[in-house]
Parts: sequence; C-alpha cells; structure tokens
Amino acid sequence: MSLTLDEVKHIAHLARLELSAEELELYRQQLSSILDHVAQLDELDTADVEPLTSVLAEQSELRVDEPGQALPLDKLLGNAPDTDRDQFKVPPILD
Amino acid sequence: MAEYEAVIGLETHIQLNTASKIFCSCKADSWDDGPNTNICPVCTGLPGVLPVTNKAVVEKATLLAAAMHADIPEESFFDRKNYFYPDLPKGYQISQYDMTLANGGYLDVPMPEGESRRVSIHKLHIEEDAGKTVHEKGRRLIDFNRCGVPLIEMVTNPDLHSADEAAQYLIRLRQLLRWLDVSEADMEKGHLRADANVSIRLKGEDVLNTKTEIKNVNSIEAVRAAIEKEIKRQTKAYEEGERIEAWTLNWDDNTQTLHKMRSKETEADYRYFREPDLLSVKIDDAWKDAILSGLPELPLERRQRFMADYELPEYDADILTGERALSEYFESAVKAYEGDAKRVSNWVMNDVLRIINETGTTPDALKLTPDYLAETIKLVDANTVNTSTGKTLLEKVENSDKSPGDIVKEEGLAQVSDTGAIREIVEGIIADNPDEVAKFKDGNQQLMGWFVGQVMQKTRGQADPKVASLLLNELLSE
Repeated sequence: MSLTLDEVKHIAHLARLELSAEELELYRQQLSSILDHVAQLDELDTADVEPLTSVLAEQSELRVDEPGQALPLDKLLGNAPDTDRDQFKVPPILD
Repeated sequence: MAEYEAVIGLETHIQLNTASKIFCSCKADSWDDGPNTNICPVCTGLPGVLPVTNKAVVEKATLLAAAMHADIPEESFFDRKNYFYPDLPKGYQISQYDMTLANGGYLDVPMPEGESRRVSIHKLHIEEDAGKTVHEKGRRLIDFNRCGVPLIEMVTNPDLHSADEAAQYLIRLRQLLRWLDVSEADMEKGHLRADANVSIRLKGEDVLNTKTEIKNVNSIEAVRAAIEKEIKRQTKAYEEGERIEAWTLNWDDNTQTLHKMRSKETEADYRYFREPDLLSVKIDDAWKDAILSGLPELPLERRQRFMADYELPEYDADILTGERALSEYFESAVKAYEGDAKRVSNWVMNDVLRIINETGTTPDALKLTPDYLAETIKLVDANTVNTSTGKTLLEKVENSDKSPGDIVKEEGLAQVSDTGAIREIVEGIIADNPDEVAKFKDGNQQLMGWFVGQVMQKTRGQADPKVASLLLNELLSE
C-alpha cells in the first residue's frame, strides 16, 4: 500500500507540520511500509467476526462526581515558553 | 413574487451542571475563577495520564435523552476527534461518533399560534469541551479551564421553518434543561450554545438546498435576529439568480450583522477512532431504571395537565410551569387552599412572582410557603382582611417567620366589618364634608369613590369596603 506525496502533505498539514521535500519522501516511504505491515491482517477472513474494541469485557469504573485538587498554577505555567496574566501565550493561528 | 420557506436546523452544546469535569476531578464550572485555575494533568493532556468517566455525566445525559424520547442503547463508545488547535492540548477531543449514548428523539414545541411543532433529533452525544482562546491585540492567550467540561451535543433535523420557531425551540429546550436539573442553561455564560444551519426553498418543495452555518449566536434574541437576516439575504440572492454558497457566518451582536468567516483550507478531517483509553459506557436495565426514576413529569405535560385538571387558561399554565419549583409551589398551594385553582393562580402570578422577582429568591426558598399563601387567601375569602391588606400580608409573611394568622392578630390587621364602628366613622365624614355631600346629592355619583377612600383612610385600610359602601349609600340618601 503506497501513499502518494499529496496524502503525506495532507497528513502533515493536519498536524500543522512543515516538511521539506526530502522529509516528505522519507515519511511517504516509512508510512507506506507501516501500512503494508498492518495490511497483512487483511489476509485473514474476518467476515464472521464481531469487531472488538477492547479485550476487557467489563466497562471502566466510573468516578463519583466530587471535585478534587487542581494543579498549582506555577507548576502548570512553569513549562510554558511564554505566558501572560496566568494564560498561555501562543503565536497567531491560521484557521 | 415566489413564496419561500426557511429550513433550519439547530446544533446545540449544553454544559452539564456537574460538580467536576467529565474525565478528571477538576471543578467543572469556572465562571467565577481566574484563568487556568481548574486544570490538572488529565485535562491539559500531559503524557501518561488516563481519563476516568464521571458517573453523573452519564446519568444527566441519560435523563435528558429520556426526556427527549430518544432510544438509549445499553452500550455506547467514546471516540477521538482529532484536530490541531492551541486550545485543545491533547490534540484530540474525546467525543462520541457512531455508537452514541442516545439515538433519535424529539421535542414537541408549542408555537405562539397555538399549534405545536415536532422537532426531531439527529444526534445526541456526550463529549468534553475545549479550552478558551482570547484574541487580544494580535496576541492569543489560552485558558484551559474549560477543557474537559462535560457537554451534550444535540443536533436537530432541519424541522424548523422560521426564526421564531428556532427561538421557541431554544426557549423550550432551556426550560427542559433547568427542569431536569442537568444544566443551568444560561446562554450568556455559554451553558447553552447554538449554531444555526439555514437554507431556503420554494414553499411546497421537499428539497434541501445549500445551507449556511451561523455561529456565535449567544442569546435567544441573537438567534432570532441572525436567522431573520440570513433568510432575507438568501431570499434576495435567489431572486437575483445568485447561487447560495455553503458559507460559515459569524454573527456580530454589536452591529447585528453577519460576516463570512474565512473558509477552511481543507475539508474537516477529524480521523475519528475509538478512544483506546476508555472502555464503553454500559447502562444496564437496573441502572437505567434507577436514573429514570428521577425523571419528573415534563414541563409541557404538566402545562397540559394544569389546563385540564385545574381549568387554567393556557397563559396561566404556561407561566406556572415556566420553572419546576414554581409549578410545584402552585400545586402545593392549590392542595392547601382546597378551592378554586384559578384564584390561587392569580395570587401566584400577581403577588408571589412579584415577591420572587423583588427578593431574587426561588419558589422553594420562600418564607411565604404554599401553606401560608393558601391561609392568606382564605383570610381574604372570609373577609377577615380585605384584598389589599392580604397583599401586604404576603410581604409581611415573607419578611418574618410568622404565619399570616399570627401577623393579623399581632398587628390588628383584621378588617373592621363591625357595622356600628364603621357607621360612626361614616357619620363623622358626612358631618365634616358638607360640600362633597351636597355635590353628591346633586348627582355627582363619582364622589362615592372618594367617600369610600375617606373611610379606608380613617380606618387605616381595615374597613370592609363593601360595608362602607352600603352604609354610605344609606346615610347619604337620607
């Protein structure tokens, strides 16, 4: 299963990644081989097999609706490259 | 000129009024809190954390789904909706896609002309909210408090056909959300957000033409105004042979105008897949029964019952069922009064609602309980106090911890119906006002009101006005 360069460009755009021509070709090959690897599963006939989302039969524990402790502001903002009045400052966004 | 019909669908986002967020225990409502004060590693998408679903979110969503007459399957799944935006720190929103908490459903919306419009539901699921971006002089500031706040996304089919119908739908939805206590549904605070999809067609046609999407309509008035503007614009475009394009429009409430938003470079490509960090939500019969045991009689059903059982006009029934607590107050008062329900309705709508508005309290928190209201109306019925003293009495009860009967006794408010006492006062007034008496006898019948007023003034409002009138008539015709 071979991806086209346009498909790789599209995927990169969705993640807002800017890739050079060399990188595009490199990732086109790598992503294609990953897809090929997974595509081996297509050899199996799964027509009569129910889709499985999880191997765990039970549903997850639900949480009681009680508010807990929030993260201290200094810890949270400490990793941010830029902040302003307790908010994260980010570059302008193109929609 | 050809006649057109608008075709409108509404997409709503409803913020549930849980104490904590949907997948972590951060406080859900941050309206009064500073930026980034209710966040944690889970809702800010730090590595190595796992979401845990809030039970109350499932319960409240199930309650709303049942009230919307939707099917609630035993199992539903969470999915990742992937997109890249600074206010979405995980890079995906946990939502539901193809196996949602509820399927179908409808809301019957009464229209002002009397008929009712069934608005069917296309989609109802639970999801988490994203953060907030503040645009400020070319800078973008991000507040993550809203990340992980529980939402219900509910989308109607295009069953609405005018701006007013869309507004009515939102009014009834807001009423229902508060009635069920699943959301505060305050549009100004963003608890209830709406986007409107609008297209038009020739009346009688059954096609769906290209629609535009209106965003940022944050009040009932804005929904009405924005849709009206857009219907006018599309009608003009059709008349002039222009094509309608699938624009996204932004409503500017200050200038009351619609602006075309920058079209997306690519079509939305969310690459949904099952959320691997969460198992399915299973609602078995026992849990569903437990949740639905909390489903009250719905507002529109109660409205009909008030009209049928208490023979109330639609207007009264509508106001009394505007809020669940008010409707319960009214019914308790009717039971305690054991008389004409319309009489209780008048007192509630005129006087109790005024006290509620003036004091900013809620019906269930009034010191003027339904029993005290009934007692007061009975005091008026028995002529113990007159109507105007009765109204004052309600306020005195609300401002004290005493019963109406006790206040009447303590303050000597009982109406003077003692003919002898009133007769003395009437005689005094006639003696003191020979000019007015002469005018009255000359045929100025309107002066009767003035005479009654004099009696009420002399008795500090406690004379029975009927007795006063009778005596005045008798003594003035001598």
